[in-house]
Amino acid sequence: MQTQKEIKRLEAIIADLLLEAKTQGASQADAGLNVDNGLSVNVRLGEVETIEHHCSQGLGVTVYFGQQKGSASSTDLSPQSIKETVSAACSIARYSSADSFAGLPDPERLATDFKDLDLHHPWELNAEDAITLATRCEDSARHYHSDISNSEGASVDTYSGIRVFGNSLGFLHGYASTRHSISCSVLGERDGNMERDYWYSVARNKDQLEKVEDIGKKAAERTIQRLGAQSLSTRKCPVLYSAETANSLIGSFLGAISGGSLYRKSSFLLDSLDTKVFPEFIRLYEQPHLLGALGSALYDAEGVATQANDIVADGIVKSYLLNSYAARKLGMQSTGHADGIHNLCITPGDKDFAQLLKQMDTGLLVTELMGQGVNPVTGDYSRGASGFWVEQGVIQYPVQEITIAGNLKEMFQQILAVGNDIDYRSNIRTGSILIEEMAIAGK
Amino acid sequence: MDNTVLQLAKQAILVPTGLQENDIHRVLDQLISGAVDDGDIYIQSSHYESWVLEDGIVKEANHNIEQGAGVRALSGEKTGLAYSDKIELAELLTAAKNVLAIARQGQNAKVAMTPKTGVIKQLYAPLNPLRSLSDQEKVDFLRKIDVETRKIDPRIEQVIISLVGVQEHILIANQGSSLLGDVRPLVRMNVSVIVADKGQREQGSMGGGARSDYNYFFAQDRALGYAQEAVRQALVNLEAIPAPAGSMTVVLGSGWPGILLHEAIGHGLEGDFNRKGTSAFSGRIGERVASSLCTIVDDGTLDNRRGSLSIDDEGTPTQCTTLIENGILKGYMQDRLNARLMGTQSTGNGRRESYAHTPMPRMTNTYMLPGESDPEEILRSVKNGLYAKNFGGGQVDITSGKFVFSASEAYLIENGKITQPVKGATLIGNGPEVLTRVSMVGNDLELDSGVGTCGKEGQSVPVGVGQPTLKIDALTVGGTNV
Ligand SMILES: [Zn+2]
Repeated sequence: MQTQKEIKRLEAIIADLLLEAKTQGASQADAGLNVDNGLSVNVRLGEVETIEHHCSQGLGVTVYFGQQKGSASSTDLSPQSIKETVSAACSIARYSSADSFAGLPDPERLATDFKDLDLHHPWELNAEDAITLATRCEDSARHYHSDISNSEGASVDTYSGIRVFGNSLGFLHGYASTRHSISCSVLGERDGNMERDYWYSVARNKDQLEKVEDIGKKAAERTIQRLGAQSLSTRKCPVLYSAETANSLIGSFLGAISGGSLYRKSSFLLDSLDTKVFPEFIRLYEQPHLLGALGSALYDAEGVATQANDIVADGIVKSYLLNSYAARKLGMQSTGHADGIHNLCITPGDKDFAQLLKQMDTGLLVTELMGQGVNPVTGDYSRGASGFWVEQGVIQYPVQEITIAGNLKEMFQQILAVGNDIDYRSNIRTGSILIEEMAIAGK
Repeated sequence: MDNTVLQLAKQAILVPTGLQENDIHRVLDQLISGAVDDGDIYIQSSHYESWVLEDGIVKEANHNIEQGAGVRALSGEKTGLAYSDKIELAELLTAAKNVLAIARQGQNAKVAMTPKTGVIKQLYAPLNPLRSLSDQEKVDFLRKIDVETRKIDPRIEQVIISLVGVQEHILIANQGSSLLGDVRPLVRMNVSVIVADKGQREQGSMGGGARSDYNYFFAQDRALGYAQEAVRQALVNLEAIPAPAGSMTVVLGSGWPGILLHEAIGHGLEGDFNRKGTSAFSGRIGERVASSLCTIVDDGTLDNRRGSLSIDDEGTPTQCTTLIENGILKGYMQDRLNARLMGTQSTGNGRRESYAHTPMPRMTNTYMLPGESDPEEILRSVKNGLYAKNFGGGQVDITSGKFVFSASEAYLIENGKITQPVKGATLIGNGPEVLTRVSMVGNDLELDSGVGTCGKEGQSVPVGVGQPTLKIDALTVGGTNV
């Protein structure tokens, strides 16, 4: 197979590179390489707007001289450039300080099982066909409602790439993966006010993408629902994060229990291992080996094997997210999270979205967040939001130009329910999350 | 064109790759021979390095080389882009062939370009920051700043200092002018601290940078200044009480708080959104969008500033564009594509993250001109409100006009006096409305210290912002104290 041959060729480059590092005196080294090809097409108002042919490559190497570390990267994979890149890393390593926690992972933690995770499903899509799909998607949005007044267009993107990683402990592995997405963004206008919203679908296999017409329709529906938005008066009330916005709450939690934040003491969840951070019904678990999933990986950026694991059980933190360096700093073991989480799942409750609205009764449904506004050291939280005002479990009207604020530590404890409306489009798979009370600032 | 800069760019790009100037012209000829309205070739070679000190030692350093060529064809509203990491004739010809397919897509409206003439002023020296200090000197410098920082206060727990340098060589070949080149240095330094007291922890962070080399940080004791400022902010935040919630009078400090203008006004005035009619400012030239105290410009021509460029990424010299004059909307920021389609000239705002990205209208240095009020007098005029002295990042929805920006250092104003520090809070407003509520403008215009990075459609570019102290009569503050 063509792809297998290409993987072998790239693995040979990494093997040569590791040899070169040894020749130049490095006691340890690791190196990674990516080659990506892709096509992006955007159609706006029925006409092609952009066609982009993507074709990029890059390699990165880290060398250790004892416990001094240096790294270098380049977009040029020629033998000459590889020599120079290794030499740049070596030269830098001589000036960095010895750090007793630095170095490759413990050899016994490296992945040895290289089963196929079903991540590679190329889409033989030419520009003409991509344009047809994008046009159908945008048409469906534009014809959804007479208040749809303008468009930012519909896009079809397809990527296929190979990643190879190796280190001087003998680890060497490459694999191919694909990622396809279709998105649409349209504008609506009523009484001189414009609103915009979007929808997208993303998958490793094109057959798992939502139907283009449905994507367009959802984008238009979301835009229309926002028309006529008003602000709220300042108040305290329950807040329901829609599944796609709830994602960021879980993301803030993961950031706070990641090794870098912990050893730097820049986390609001220091010493949280084995403590109760969430209500008892919350379980967060990682499934890194799900077939065909967006976040699946056999090993992390250091080659450490990933494993199915509870991060939170019964509301209690069961594991931090550590790479080798942070693990050594904290006197622990790497958990295989040098590049973050791989398919984080939450155990959903038995309520769907409509039932969660009923449970909230009167409060704010948040469907979009704006800005950063999270202090990782204290957990203080204040972000721009838009969404809907809900009374007696029924959406009343769209709202915008408000902020929602609280402290993440308290917000996590105040989770009342998690919906079963799981959003599978990201590495963090959660349903809607209902929070007992937050501060809303408005007019 | 400064010939030396073009020569340097040619030397850095053509000599190592063996590409000839004639080859570039050949590709351009092939590109323009197609039924296109415009086309360009953008060749880039960037050297980047970063050094990070943490726990008192330089434990990480990275060196990165990024090079490649992007070929673009434009036809009507359509853009085709192809690029390669290999700067070779064969690759460029293939890219040109690929993008010419765009011309076959539907109608083609050919409009003559009026190429801009005039002298290009070099706004920065063609320095190589990476070579401006030896590696040993960089390490020693970081260590020295670390030691000095830790001496400032016993409550400091953690100090992280980063030093980043980039040198970019650019060659641009486009329809209507000869080969253009630029050599762009950029440096940035940042000091972050964590302080702890009585079980409470807080962070503070300050940095700066310029289109210069590392010597910039030695001048005027800048590096130590960042450290002192980071520690000061962190200690202030240790004392902070919950921020108020709701609409109130807000006084914004000078300098970096100008991110307000970038979010509330700047993005909405970029040519692409206005050509497409997707911005809350679309079709509003000549209308009042701010109080008569407000005059706002985007100026890419300031010497050595982070957001400045001698020529933009399409080869157009940058300029000072008046966006709002005495409250009246005057103009948009344009690249070549949008200028052509809107029947106007590029304002030198065509920028791209790299050869692998499509140019778009982007800001350079966006700021408000000074007014007449003494900043003290502005504070004294406020009975109750918020004084927001410093900010983190922001975001805008250009269609609805809603924008946010998050205060990282703020105080209550009570009876005209600054009293308690309050916790960070997000401020939210409506772009076309917020500046109509500006009731006082200070005489203390300040530009930011050179740390801004703007993201748009997945592309990051360095920018600058600035403003004098401003009083806004009503803005929503997103605290917890309801
Ligand atoms: Zn921006």
